[in-house]
Amino acid sequence: MGYLTPSCVDEALEILARGGVFVIAGATDFYPARDAGPMPKLMDITAIPGLRGIRKEGGSWRIGATTTWSQIATAALPPAFDALRQAAAQVGAVQVRNVATIAGNLCNASPAADGVPPLLVLEAEVELASARGRRRLALSRFITGPRQTALAPDELLVALHIPAPPERARSAFLKIGSRKHQVISFAMAAALIAPDAGRIGTARVAVGACSPVVCRLPGLEQALKGRPLAVLAEPGLARDEHLSPLSPIADIRADAAWRREAAGVLAGRALNAAGGPADG
Amino acid sequence: MAERTRFTLNGAAVEVAVAPGERLSRALRERLGARDVKVGCEAGDCGSCTVLLDGAPVCACLVPAQRAEGRRVETLSGLVAQDPVTRALAESFQDFAAAQCGICTPGMMVSATALLRETSAPDEARVEEALAGVLCRCTGYRKIIAAVMAAGAGRRRAAEGGVGAAIRRIDGAAKVEGREAFGDDIAPSGTLEICLVRSPHAHASFTFGDLEAFAARPGIAAVLTARDIPGLNRFGVIPAFADQPVFAEGVARFRGEPVAAIVATPEALRGLADEDFPVVWQALPTVQGPAAATAPGAPQLHEDRPGNVMCEGLVRCGDAQAALAAADVVVEGVFETSFVEHACIEPEAGFARLDGDGRLEVHACTQAPMMDREALARILSWPEERIRIRPTAVGGGFGTKLDLSVQPFLALGALRTGRPVRMAYSRCESMQSTTKRHPARIRLAVGAAHDGHLRGVDFAADFDTGAYASWGPTVASRVPVHASGPYRVADYLARARAIHTHAPPAGAFRGFGVPQAAFAQECLFDELAAKLGMDALEFRLLNALDNGVATVCGQVFARGVGISPCLEALRPGWAAECAAAEDFNAGGGSLRRGVGLAAGWYGCGNTSLPNPSTIRAGLRADGALVLHQGAVDIGQGANTVIAQIFAQALGVPLSALTLMGPDTDLTPDAGKTSASRQTFVSGNAARLAGAALREHILRLVNASAGARIVPDGGRLRILDNGKTHEIDPARLPPDTEGYVLRGEESWDPPTRALDENGQGAPYAQFGYGAQLAVVEVDMELGTTRVLRMAAAHDVGRAINPLLVEGQVEGGIAQGLGMALMEEYLPGRTENLHDYLIPTVGDVPPVEVMIIEEPDPLGPHGAKGLGEHVLVPTAAAIANAIAAATGVRPRRLPITPARLRALIREAGG
Repeated sequence: MGYLTPSCVDEALEILARGGVFVIAGATDFYPARDAGPMPKLMDITAIPGLRGIRKEGGSWRIGATTTWSQIATAALPPAFDALRQAAAQVGAVQVRNVATIAGNLCNASPAADGVPPLLVLEAEVELASARGRRRLALSRFITGPRQTALAPDELLVALHIPAPPERARSAFLKIGSRKHQVISFAMAAALIAPDAGRIGTARVAVGACSPVVCRLPGLEQALKGRPLAVLAEPGLARDEHLSPLSPIADIRADAAWRREAAGVLAGRALNAAGGPADG
Repeated sequence: MAERTRFTLNGAAVEVAVAPGERLSRALRERLGARDVKVGCEAGDCGSCTVLLDGAPVCACLVPAQRAEGRRVETLSGLVAQDPVTRALAESFQDFAAAQCGICTPGMMVSATALLRETSAPDEARVEEALAGVLCRCTGYRKIIAAVMAAGAGRRRAAEGGVGAAIRRIDGAAKVEGREAFGDDIAPSGTLEICLVRSPHAHASFTFGDLEAFAARPGIAAVLTARDIPGLNRFGVIPAFADQPVFAEGVARFRGEPVAAIVATPEALRGLADEDFPVVWQALPTVQGPAAATAPGAPQLHEDRPGNVMCEGLVRCGDAQAALAAADVVVEGVFETSFVEHACIEPEAGFARLDGDGRLEVHACTQAPMMDREALARILSWPEERIRIRPTAVGGGFGTKLDLSVQPFLALGALRTGRPVRMAYSRCESMQSTTKRHPARIRLAVGAAHDGHLRGVDFAADFDTGAYASWGPTVASRVPVHASGPYRVADYLARARAIHTHAPPAGAFRGFGVPQAAFAQECLFDELAAKLGMDALEFRLLNALDNGVATVCGQVFARGVGISPCLEALRPGWAAECAAAEDFNAGGGSLRRGVGLAAGWYGCGNTSLPNPSTIRAGLRADGALVLHQGAVDIGQGANTVIAQIFAQALGVPLSALTLMGPDTDLTPDAGKTSASRQTFVSGNAARLAGAALREHILRLVNASAGARIVPDGGRLRILDNGKTHEIDPARLPPDTEGYVLRGEESWDPPTRALDENGQGAPYAQFGYGAQLAVVEVDMELGTTRVLRMAAAHDVGRAINPLLVEGQVEGGIAQGLGMALMEEYLPGRTENLHDYLIPTVGDVPPVEVMIIEEPDPLGPHGAKGLGEHVLVPTAAAIANAIAAATGVRPRRLPITPARLRALIREAGG
């Protein structure tokens, strides 16, 4: 059989342990990247019921691997997840969001993956399973380079775990391209702000499409901690030294100078959106 | 390997054997006959394959067929038949002419159905969100949005009407019901397929390995290379410049150039990897861009074209240099544009077979069936009479389907194997190998006197024409004629060169180089007006061409010069929008608004060359009134417009006509669908043919010229001054084609050759237009949003105002893409996620103002329209951006990075 549809995780892991299969979920990155030639042996994990869906586990949240972006975009989640839901609503178009999965976005490991900045500011962990056992890894350690992850050949990303966000945290996501829909980001940013008595209790900000791996800006986060919330509305929030983790490149979409500048602008705007007055 | 999959397709249980991992789109089209599911990209970018899977829209090209197991799949044809929501939508799509070529229509309607099942009265934002995944290249989306919002509101537009009536397209029903058959929809499933081996390098020599051994693999029916061509391994749309080989011989000159074809069963082809084919490449030095190509020592593309210069065009009148020297104010600049891809949502595709008499029949998407036949005859060394071209529906053309693409391979494949063959370019192949808009590098100087009158224009442009000629000579000759814009310029010098480079051939794309020239000229006009302290609109009006005033070619039109009325129409909006933008900008913040305008003109028909159209019509013995309409409708509406003109001339309702579509066996030559010529030229032939047939009919009963012809159940009743005559065609002797009466007329626009200074009468008419753009720029990011556009276009007479609006909105969408996002880079943007075209959210509302300055030669005064709709667009947007930001973009597209760099340099 060239097309395997395991119905439970253990079955999938057995197949993976034997090797020789390519795992697909939504397959929205798989097909466009296919070259001419014979189809590899595929293992479709979308028929595994336990891999889909979002649920609260105590204070933390679990998002199953094959949860689609449409499901995430419309899920009832606390305001700390706003960035994730906003990103979810901008992954491709509805046709793609209806099938593309969160795990696929992470395993494809594009530097422009929309899901990564919001999940970084949520400090998400991935749960990796194999016939050898299970392990958890911070998302920031899971994606190791463009199109590279820490996933072992016999492992399956089965879920994301998001620790309880700081109290009253809100988040926001922004991405930029040269058209309105179906945008592969030229640059993007997600930010999370938790207020603490009129001041910034927690600030987290991540920038995408401006480095080989989406990254947080710890210098900026540190600089903001403890300051009045009102500073988030000030222009020029992200200074050059805050952007040092970035190493933007020039490609068909934009040049490096624009990316560095836009990263700062978007980071500042995302922080402001996350820390500004709540809607309604 | 095949596995059984069971699901419900449009309400019926189906069971199908699919290959592991086979795309659902392929299974639906090839195994279940659902050809209403269109394939445009196989990457989830275009959305034309959208189907509903358990009610949710998905791209069938991204869904493994096995995943449909046990689920519900719905496609357009099923939805139209079964779901009242989709049936209402189908009516609304026809009322708004929301389908032009129709290739995106299934994806649009299926996506809209999912939305309308959720909410019967969606607002515009919901509609936009629902349609954001489906790309349309024809309509500019506005009519589609309107059609979805109004679905269910009931029928509102007639199917019947003469000249001037905004009626539905006569070919619209097939498009909205999923019945329209495009290039890849003709071949039966299982037909042998053709796959091309293409150069992976921009310039390379190559040698084949053991082709015979390769051809002996199972499933492979033939391998074809240059040595298999019976006739001439050369083609080109302009005979004197024909230079493109069907298969490269020894050296490939652009990435994607075909060197061999594999004819095989579908299964065998899908098992082949690129590296399986025995060919060895040796990459060679390349030249990219005209500057490199004309540098000393540059590699030469063609021996007989020294310096890589293919050809030059020139128009000169007065003394531009002296006028500029004497001018009070002079502005100058260098402007650059990029390769622009047509991005027809239908990739080139077709089917060919030998008929019972050994004649070759080619079904393919084409804009020029007669030219295809001539070219194939030379390649095959066959008489033209043995070749029949049967154009399929064309899923977008815009100029690129004037050139041969799949046709020679289909012809050679059918001949070699003796079996039917098919092929469809992948999106990547289509982008690599078909023609592009010419990139231009334009140096322009314009002078004026203090009073605002133009004093001298000096224009020089190099166009990158790529590896082969295609329509490069047309661009080189057309641009100097148009580079003045629709203005009175007494002292003028314009030169254009077409330069070969190792890039895909640049050819015809809506405007033939004129939009590039207008970008430079209209931007400099704004700078000039600013320097003069004049209002940009008044400056243009002061210098506008007029009746009785010579063009730069010395051509004088006594009537029909419509640029001033177009500009006048924009005046109220111009003042209001400028004031509103000023108010907005006073509020501060990072967003700035600006208003820009630009004008343009476009000569309809071939430049100083004959381009006749012939239309045939006849009354058959069974009473049918048949219109042989050989003008290919690529979505623009020729089927409807020509029929409206013909029916009015004959004096019968449209519904009385039997239409016979383009077919080289059945329809006389109506020329190619290009140069905005079909309404003008074929429209005139239709008018004459209708009048001729009418005259024959009336003469038969000695009726007066004002008599009414009433078709009535196989007979004609002629009502004349209170008397009724009856004609029973069955009692009249039919000719060899079965006609008892016929009218066949030709019309050729009168032109005069250009002399060595480009003086003469290049076109029998021009169309005119002016557009206004309102943009909003994010000064910190360099991003631009076009908020509104107004467009005034002089069409002489709107034969069908609804279709005029569609042309304007669609042209603006393409001009907007050219202005802001579209840049084809060989090897880097060979798909529709790296090469960006506008989505439904990018095209703003367009206020269309139809101006009617009748043309003395046009049918009912009508002028061509298809191209001047986008001539001013990029310039208007660039001028609006300059107004918003204070910086002047001189390179297209104006990407965020480029615009932000200009703002940064200016200290912003």
